[in-house]
Amino acid sequence: MSDVVEKTLSALPSLLSLDSQAGAGKLSPSSKLGNLIKGITELTSKHEEERLIKKELESIKEQVASPNTTMRQMKEIMVRAIYCEMLGYQASFSYIHAIKLAQQGSVLEKRVGYLAVSLFLNETDEFLLLLVNTVLKDLQSTNLIEVCMALTVVSQMFPKDMIPAILPVVEEKLTHPKEIIRRKAVLALYKFYLIAPNQVQHIHSKFRKALCDKDPGVMTASLHIYLQLIKENPESYKDLTGSMVTILRQVVGGKLPLDFNYHSVPAPWLQIQLLRILAYLGKEDQGTSEMMYDVLEESLRRAEMNHNITYAILFECVKTIYTVHPKSQLLEKAAECIGNFVLSPKINLKYLGLKALTYVVQQDANLALPHQMTIIECLDHSDVIIKRETLELLFRITNAQNVTVIVEKMLEFLRLTYNVWFIQTMNSVFSLGGDVMQPDIPNNFLRLLAEGVDNVEDRQLRLFAVDSYVSLLQGETAKLPQRFLQVISWVLGEYSYLREEESDPGSVMRLLARLLDQRHTSTETRSWVLGAMTKLCSSPVYSGSLNTVLRQKAQELMILSQDTKLRARVLPAEDSSLSFLDGYVSEALAAGAAPYKSPHQRQEDLVQEKALSLEPYGLSLPVSLSSCSITDRRSPTLLSMSSGLSGNSTELSHQEGSTTLKLEGVKRVWGKDGYLAQQQSAGETPTPLVELPSPLLSPQSPPSQTQKPSSGLEPDQEKRQLASSLFVGLGSHNSVCLVRFPSTVWLFIKHCQSANQSNVVKALFKPLPLLLPVPLTVSTGDYGKMWLSFSHDLKQNLQLVTTEHQEPLTATLDALKGKLHLHVVDIIGSEGIVACRLLQGPGQGQPCLLHCRVHADSLAVWLRSPVPELPDSLLYHCQKALTET
Amino acid sequence: MFWIYSQRKDMLAAISPILGVGYESLLTAGGGRENCPALHDALDFEITMIKFLLMVNKQGQTRLSKYYEQVDIEKRPSLETDVVKRCLSRKKEECSFVEYKDFRLVYRQYAALFIVVGISDTENELSIYELVHNFVEVLDKYFSRVSELDIMFNLDKVHIIIDEIIQNGHIVETNKNRILAPLLALDKMAEAH
Repeated sequence: MSDVVEKTLSALPSLLSLDSQAGAGKLSPSSKLGNLIKGITELTSKHEEERLIKKELESIKEQVASPNTTMRQMKEIMVRAIYCEMLGYQASFSYIHAIKLAQQGSVLEKRVGYLAVSLFLNETDEFLLLLVNTVLKDLQSTNLIEVCMALTVVSQMFPKDMIPAILPVVEEKLTHPKEIIRRKAVLALYKFYLIAPNQVQHIHSKFRKALCDKDPGVMTASLHIYLQLIKENPESYKDLTGSMVTILRQVVGGKLPLDFNYHSVPAPWLQIQLLRILAYLGKEDQGTSEMMYDVLEESLRRAEMNHNITYAILFECVKTIYTVHPKSQLLEKAAECIGNFVLSPKINLKYLGLKALTYVVQQDANLALPHQMTIIECLDHSDVIIKRETLELLFRITNAQNVTVIVEKMLEFLRLTYNVWFIQTMNSVFSLGGDVMQPDIPNNFLRLLAEGVDNVEDRQLRLFAVDSYVSLLQGETAKLPQRFLQVISWVLGEYSYLREEESDPGSVMRLLARLLDQRHTSTETRSWVLGAMTKLCSSPVYSGSLNTVLRQKAQELMILSQDTKLRARVLPAEDSSLSFLDGYVSEALAAGAAPYKSPHQRQEDLVQEKALSLEPYGLSLPVSLSSCSITDRRSPTLLSMSSGLSGNSTELSHQEGSTTLKLEGVKRVWGKDGYLAQQQSAGETPTPLVELPSPLLSPQSPPSQTQKPSSGLEPDQEKRQLASSLFVGLGSHNSVCLVRFPSTVWLFIKHCQSANQSNVVKALFKPLPLLLPVPLTVSTGDYGKMWLSFSHDLKQNLQLVTTEHQEPLTATLDALKGKLHLHVVDIIGSEGIVACRLLQGPGQGQPCLLHCRVHADSLAVWLRSPVPELPDSLLYHCQKALTET
Repeated sequence: MFWIYSQRKDMLAAISPILGVGYESLLTAGGGRENCPALHDALDFEITMIKFLLMVNKQGQTRLSKYYEQVDIEKRPSLETDVVKRCLSRKKEECSFVEYKDFRLVYRQYAALFIVVGISDTENELSIYELVHNFVEVLDKYFSRVSELDIMFNLDKVHIIIDEIIQNGHIVETNKNRILAPLLALDKMAEAH
């Protein structure tokens, strides 16, 4: 028997030259499997599918229970069960039979048994224990095919605790004469390394032997282990650099057998693997890097064929060149390569080019400069994925100078892609982020709403915003931040007319009036509300409304607001002393009524009685901020109030306030005759694009910055302006300063595909100021248990604090401990565990655990908590604390 | 709707045991990172890997699925529907890579059949794109012009082929002859019987 099999395996190459007919047509369509497949192809609805599979599962259940079922039938049954599971219907009763088939079946049946096991079970399944003996038996079989399949299943899944039982046998296979057995043994050991690295520590020398195996397949398999080992601990494997370089040189040079070629490119995936290993080895190590410069250059040179797979290699090569210690000559070539990618008409290559660029700008933001125009073209690309990749690139080059423009681009992207979601998200941003938000954000948002041609899409967005705000105002408004109320007022004032005519036109007005009356509304917000009301009054919807009272009032307000004299006559200034009531008051006093007390006096009395203050809390908005958002030239003029009030607007808004409206330089949106055409004012709209310093347009700019794409097309002024504002600061600043907001929006974009958006929003925009951590004293053991039981987590790299007399990890953790009152549970080597608990806020009393590890120059932090908001919130505070240090 | 979250939990569940043991061994051994590379590994945020491979037809029916990261069986159909929708909505002139939740999809269309591979962020998209083609070439070689029905009627064999190409989310063999060798040997045995 074994002889036959040996022959079969060795005879394979000759077998392959024959046109194999082993495939289709063997199965008779009348078999049970054939019927099932036929049934599946004829399905037209989910309901039908459910019925078909339920029936199938019943039939399988019956068959496996029958003692007469042969192993041959069992093989077919397993394939049917695989089908059921593939469609999402659990067939757990068949798992045990899969194992039985692997134990008792003949070779082909055994293979299907193993296959079913690997598809049905997961690595922690206890059923796997039943397989150990079978695997052991097959590993020791004289039939090579059985050894092969046992090794295959072991390298897919094996119970960690049982590794010692089979390890010696697997190790033995490393010296097997057949390459396929050696190769599979190496892969099995790789699996052991992944699930239980301690178990294979003693055979590292054998890995080296595998690396030097005369068969390229065995060598390739060993590279998986080495990639992992080197990634974890590059220092210990520097001596392998020479070997890796030699292997790559041989592969690139075409020294492998021809059947390793793919479209005449020698073992491309092997090349990619080797390039990854070299990247890990040469990272931050000049000596090692120097050893690989030649082979990297050769790889770049060799991969000139016009085929996707060579581009895949080039991409990896570029990444490696930018990861290892830099060599200017190589960097130039790699940059040129990226340029070819980016400029390629092939969309997949363009994508890869942007991705490569995104990778390299993290090291040198200036690399984006030669590609400015292409990047801007990609920003308007019809393919959303390209656009998104471009935004990621821009996100990486965000600095303090171009942040406004880049955020605006990100928001624009959101708007285009996800109208409804965008408004909802911004609602959450405003209501949670509220008054601590940078003023740029509401400004950008309003500009987004207002910009653009008046097409259906824009109108839908606005209408949706209006509708969502109306429903918001109908609810509890006391908790909405002032900034948000201002945004709401502006939008309602400007776009309420988009609402359906049949809806009560007075409703918006009433909602605004309610807002005006509420005591928590700040004076500034009131002025916004009044502005909105004024716009509404002059809107034809109201002044031409069928509701005569409303129409009357609107007309009156409009006329009164335009005519001061008339107003003074109709509504004379109030007699503040109320002298005309004197008679009434003295009469009442004489009748025994309590004398009048001023509100101030009443307040004092109250304090004495109950010691409770009924005054609203002081506003968190600094006055300077609140007034500048209207007058600041850089804020969009669309924030302005109606200019139809012209001269007497201040009177109308409010007399007592310190924040008065300044309307000079403000766009006129509403005139005497109603809405002014947009074009009229478009020219005077000051946009930040023009105002931002644009070194790229100045004559002194370095030559690289003025480079244009070879397309020869003269890019229009607009694009160049955009370029100058996007890439501003790149030339002068080497350090890329990331601002928190773009990263937040970026997270949005990253998550906007996720189905459950409200959760994302909740997670991202927790009420930040509420965080008050206190130390949570736990033992290391408890920490471990808690860690495993928490489901919400977050990972992020933080900057390390460096001091002279402390380890960076200790220094950083001390800083965090000092600022945020965290409890440092334990520090071991380059790792530390920290715990805290929250006193207030959404996760009151709940713990949050941090696992910190020093990783290169940064601190990789992994946070876990039972409450979804905690990790993000705490992370934000950690970031803040560390930046302040 | 909740897929992304529950999916994360699954992934964490897959990692957690490793982490748990890692930390315990770390503590009992009294420190020393070299004793627990698994912890390190689990914390490495950038594991380059293939997460799943799907073969789906234009009607969105799954013809084959293979997961390298644990996803609950009940959640697979909705994930697959979602993935196919993403790929079907793409135009011919758009790129073959799609962002999907926290990973990427690489897809390639053959007649009415889509092959979609879910990969981690750090994987090389174009190399996976070509890996798919290599896989199809292997199928072509074995079935001599493979069709959707070939795959359906030989689901087990296609799985055996995939098991030779990808293991644990890594590419382990790309040499066509070597990929087919074990399966051809099995066929030979079956014929002899």
